[in-house]
Amino acid sequence: MRRKVFIGILILICFLLQCTVFHALAFGGIIPNFLIILTSSYGFMGGKKSGLITGVLSGLLLDIFFGEAIGFSALIYMYIGYINGNFRKIFFPEDIKLPLCLIALSDLVYNLIYYSLLFLLRSRFHIGYYFVHIILPEVIYTVAIALIMYPLILRIDQKLAEHEKRSGKKFV
Amino acid sequence: MSPIIRKKGEKFTLPSKYLLLIITFICICMMVVTFTTDMFHDSLGNVVGYVTVPFQNGITEVGTWLSDKSDELSQIRILLQENKELRQKVDELTIENTMLQQDKYELNQLRELYKLDEEYSGYEKVGARIIAWDGGNWFHSFTIDKGKDDGLAVDMNVMAGSGLVGRIVAVGKNWAKVTSIINDNSNVSGMVLSTSDNLIVCGDLELMSQGLIRFEQLVDSKNQVVEGDKIVTSNISDKYLPGILIGYISSMEMDSNNLTKSGYATPAVDFQHLEEVLVILETKQSLED
Repeated sequence: MRRKVFIGILILICFLLQCTVFHALAFGGIIPNFLIILTSSYGFMGGKKSGLITGVLSGLLLDIFFGEAIGFSALIYMYIGYINGNFRKIFFPEDIKLPLCLIALSDLVYNLIYYSLLFLLRSRFHIGYYFVHIILPEVIYTVAIALIMYPLILRIDQKLAEHEKRSGKKFV
Repeated sequence: MSPIIRKKGEKFTLPSKYLLLIITFICICMMVVTFTTDMFHDSLGNVVGYVTVPFQNGITEVGTWLSDKSDELSQIRILLQENKELRQKVDELTIENTMLQQDKYELNQLRELYKLDEEYSGYEKVGARIIAWDGGNWFHSFTIDKGKDDGLAVDMNVMAGSGLVGRIVAVGKNWAKVTSIINDNSNVSGMVLSTSDNLIVCGDLELMSQGLIRFEQLVDSKNQVVEGDKIVTSNISDKYLPGILIGYISSMEMDSNNLTKSGYATPAVDFQHLEEVLVILETKQSLED
């Protein structure tokens, strides 16, 4: 229970950071994608279901405030969370390479889908420009943020899991 | 182990595969609903707005305070120098001002004569602060801290300084979402002020970082439009009030059809450093009624 509340608060904090403070900290007008870090992390840390739910909630929050249609980003984020959940089997908390790769890949895929659905379909064909000027900087910035944020999430999540296990034992 | 006890201890869990399918279906339904009606923006928007808007308000306030403070420290020296120059300028301007006031008196008389009451300085406006920006890098939209409670409604025009910023596309109880004219999917019908030729101003993500917008379909058969001309919103737009400054033509060339011209314009508003905006409390539709 405590873990779920924590995920909820974390999503809210990340959304708020992404929409407010990080516009002042944008490098060349590019802001990092906190919510994809969260969705991806909870995917490979907690499994398919936790990734899926984190993704839906993150996407829904973005949709309500900035989306054209509610449910659009929620759908993309959900599938990204779900697919990340498949990597739980090969995930070890000590290893930081796989999580970073997955986060980078998730952000890349998210942006490519977003581009093809919202820009390519309106015949904006300069994918090279968009890739170099928007997608790539965002991926790099996001990975840089993940380098700090992911170990934090991991440690707190492990602490909460431990706590849950202990309190669970007390009742039994 | 009787079956009843086991049933009690067993927790019902839905396999994630089914959950994925169910939520996919819900999301698609919601997308269809939002495309056809706007019922979600009323209910969902209000609920989420209650939770997040106070935070956004606070964080943005703290952020602006911090950046203001750091700016202050770094700019004090420049400011002192500037202050001296500005004082001189004030003197010059006071003299100019008195002359202009005389002109204004004359202008007011003339205006009354022509009944030019549709000038946009006459629209009722309300100031609002930007509290959050789009969470991605693809579009340029933001939310402001005023909503239905302050009399805002969808399609109201938003300005900053003297130029057009965009219009309200969704409104909640205490927030409103604004898309700007430099957004990649935005098209504004405008006209060149000096010649009254119509054109279409479209946002472009590729030009956003250069601070430019694109314009198209300018019919200028007499070749009178020159670079530097003002573009204002046109009378035929159904969302934007007429006569609001959009920007200045910075370059243009003939299209391959030899009939129309297209080119780039510099917006009158600095979209990178927006903090406060003005919302015109009148929509084009209500004006026409």
